[in-house]
Amino acid sequence: MIGEHLPALQVVVPLVAAPLIVLARRGAAAWLIATIASFVSLAIALALFVEVREAGVVSYALGSWAPPWGIEYRIDAANSVVLVLVALLASFVAPYAWRSAAFEVPEDQHYLCYAMFCLCLAGLLGIAITGDAFNLFVFLEISSLSSYVLIALGRDRRALLSAYQYLIVGTIGATFYVIGVGLLYLETGTLNIADLAARVAEVGTERPVLAALAFITVGLSLKLALFPLHFWLPNAYAYAPSIVSAFLAGTATKVSIYALLRFYFSVFGAHELFEVLPMGAILLALSVAAMMLASLGAVFQDNLKHMLAYSSVGQIGYITFGISLANQPALTGSVVHLVNHGVTKTALFLLAGAVAFRVRSVRFERLGGLARAMPLTCAGIVAGGFSLIGVPGTAGFVSKWYFVLGALEAGSWSMAFLPVVSSLIALWYMWRFVEVAYFRAPGPALAGVKEAPPALLVPSLALIAVTVFFGLDAPLTVGAAAQAAQVLLGGIR
Amino acid sequence: MRHYLVLRVIGKLLIPFMLMFALYVQFHGESGPGGGFQAGVIAAAAIIFYAIIFGLPTARKVVPDRLVETMLAGGVLLYALVGVAGILLGGNYLDYFVLAHDPVHGQERGIFWIEVGVAITVSGVMLKIFYMFAGRRRPEGAGE
Repeated sequence: MIGEHLPALQVVVPLVAAPLIVLARRGAAAWLIATIASFVSLAIALALFVEVREAGVVSYALGSWAPPWGIEYRIDAANSVVLVLVALLASFVAPYAWRSAAFEVPEDQHYLCYAMFCLCLAGLLGIAITGDAFNLFVFLEISSLSSYVLIALGRDRRALLSAYQYLIVGTIGATFYVIGVGLLYLETGTLNIADLAARVAEVGTERPVLAALAFITVGLSLKLALFPLHFWLPNAYAYAPSIVSAFLAGTATKVSIYALLRFYFSVFGAHELFEVLPMGAILLALSVAAMMLASLGAVFQDNLKHMLAYSSVGQIGYITFGISLANQPALTGSVVHLVNHGVTKTALFLLAGAVAFRVRSVRFERLGGLARAMPLTCAGIVAGGFSLIGVPGTAGFVSKWYFVLGALEAGSWSMAFLPVVSSLIALWYMWRFVEVAYFRAPGPALAGVKEAPPALLVPSLALIAVTVFFGLDAPLTVGAAAQAAQVLLGGIR
Repeated sequence: MRHYLVLRVIGKLLIPFMLMFALYVQFHGESGPGGGFQAGVIAAAAIIFYAIIFGLPTARKVVPDRLVETMLAGGVLLYALVGVAGILLGGNYLDYFVLAHDPVHGQERGIFWIEVGVAITVSGVMLKIFYMFAGRRRPEGAGE
């Protein structure tokens, strides 16, 4: 009986957990509820993932109002991957939060922090699961509003300013998205994404549809931090509490990328966008700029979290690079990289949080010789860095391999070199960390610094192990991603 | 403002009617303008009015912070549980058809409880925001 309601429970479990946490009030109980909710979400996401592989598409009519009139939750090969990613990262971040949030968030705000975490999780899962364009907007707002609060919880007073900046930018993004959806509704009279797809194809590229495309592209690009709309991201991630930067870095931008994929390939259609309209060229130019300039930006940061944040913008460039090529291997690469980068970046931010926990700073000038004080943490960061660079045997290599294949399939040797060049820049910025942590003498800031406690180290190193596992057992992720790419390229019909 | 006799007397007279009006808007929502959101705002406005006249500490005694936070979460929980009730009675999530023997009556019952949840949360949030802003310490020399 419970099985057929899994799509609803996927969102309802974390959503119900949030008010329960507020009622519980106690920090420990709040943490327990949040952790259980994350684990249950992961179990549901995995069950749905398996079900989709057998059944193809799972559709759930909320309130028993049949789609396209009612709100439909629709899970196929593309979004089942995103659901698993979001729930998986939440399940690693939640246990880690026990010590980290206790250290970084004022005690009277613990339960609110966990409540917001659960709301954010519900929102992100909702964006991924819903088959209704307006419902997607509602979940976008739920996840965004809770993430503004989460970022503002940072101990650094600049966190408040970054959260405010993100609030302004995020609100503009969400408004643009809803204007785009409004225009599509005007033109087609429907909000159901599958129904929209069929009707937009009939309408063709009339001006309101083009305007909708422009609004949705810019709105979602703000949310997913596509270069040059990424300016809110580095500060938001750098000053937020560690659990928040880790969770958001792996999920928030990735879910927005999924929404963009859904609109591009399922609603507007790959043919219209990339053959009739010059979206491919626009997206390609921005992606290359992100891969090169944002990655170069990462080289010149003096703070570990800032460096990782700029690196995120660069890595998002890879994903949109794959989207702009719009062929099977490139899109497979995009979906795989969505997962691989999400896992890698969350692991790295968790480790950066472990550093912040012991050293009370993540500025490079205070991390000299860190590897002697915190060998496991530093080894983990280096392993995560390998994945960012794309060293064979790590997750990053698998996705970059598919980007190169995609570029070759698009018939361009020069484009195949772009991911390689960007990887060299990643090598450069990761080398800066290695140089600081391994080759400098320990400074006075490190006096008395010990290895991070197991409560922080175990979840983060386990996630690094997942990165390596995804690199070694590539068919697992690539198989799912290839199916996702196939569904997306085939349109929703 | 507790020294203004007229305000105090009129306030005491009006506040019960404001609360009553909130209930009217709440329960009349299905056949006229109104509903949970508006009712919640009106009820919160009555308390805020009380706080302005009799001072924040008195209002906090009448509606303590703890209660406000419970309302804030309780309303959402009620809303979500109405949805779960749909599942338990054999329908989908948020399915009101199964809430009563007659589907039309079920819809009525479902939206009734949903609106109650909305009203509780909205008035809780309004009061929370008011308490937080009004409870902030003012910088020195910024007047009364």
